Amino acid sequence: MELRRDVFQAIADPTRRVILTLLAIQAMTPGAIASKFDSSRQTISKHIQILTECDLLKQEQSGREIYYHLNPQGMKEIADFIEPFRNMWDDRFNKLESIMKNYKSDQ
Amino acid sequence: MERKTQVHAELGKQEIVITREFDLPLKLLFKAYEEPGIVEQWMGTKVLKLENKKHGSFQFETTDPMGNKHPFSGTIHEFVPNKKITRTFEMENADFGAQLEFLEFEDLDRNTSKLTMHVIYRSVEIRDAILKLPFAQGINMAHNRLQEIVNKLK
Repeated sequence: MELRRDVFQAIADPTRRVILTLLAIQAMTPGAIASKFDSSRQTISKHIQILTECDLLKQEQSGREIYYHLNPQGMKEIADFIEPFRNMWDDRFNKLESIMKNYKSDQ
Repeated sequence: MERKTQVHAELGKQEIVITREFDLPLKLLFKAYEEPGIVEQWMGTKVLKLENKKHGSFQFETTDPMGNKHPFSGTIHEFVPNKKITRTFEMENADFGAQLEFLEFEDLDRNTSKLTMHVIYRSVEIRDAILKLPFAQGINMAHNRLQEIVNKLK
């Protein structure tokens, strides 16, 4: 449970959200990611570390370079969080539908 | 199978879109939002006030299993029968503040209709916290259940 809570903390930060958006388009090296920001490379590297710890990013070695990718499984964790919210509305709407079906037959 | 109720929540945005297709004619779907007695049934809440008109307002109240009352309220900005409702919505005993809701009703054919609910929150953080609420409640309920079982063992 702790890990899941961290996922939301990870995406609460605007810089980290931009990193996720960049990586949604293509895999990038830490240097390439840092070059998109005014912040120091160290700062960006810290953000990358947090995203990696939350399983939102995956590393891949290619020759001498490390490339970061989005981890679809980690992103699914976020979707899973939303599932109870979706279920809540689905239950309400199912109820609405069955009530109104009876209402119709009463007319 | 395509799910009837869908929630679109893009990462880092302060809005969500909920869509639902109903096996109901448009008029019946809209009536479920218009008639206080029907709203009470499907929302599982008490309707204290529901003024379906521009500048009108509404007040709902839910009582949880512990007997605590949870008031909800808002102001109606647009009310176009069988078409749309624009309103604010606020949980009065939470710190989230008001959210803005655009509800659009459309008919798909004679017997089916669609509702699109576009909800805008004050910030990304508030949106994410609200999305997480049912999840957190689920955990709490599981926790309370566990507590009950443990208490019985004592």
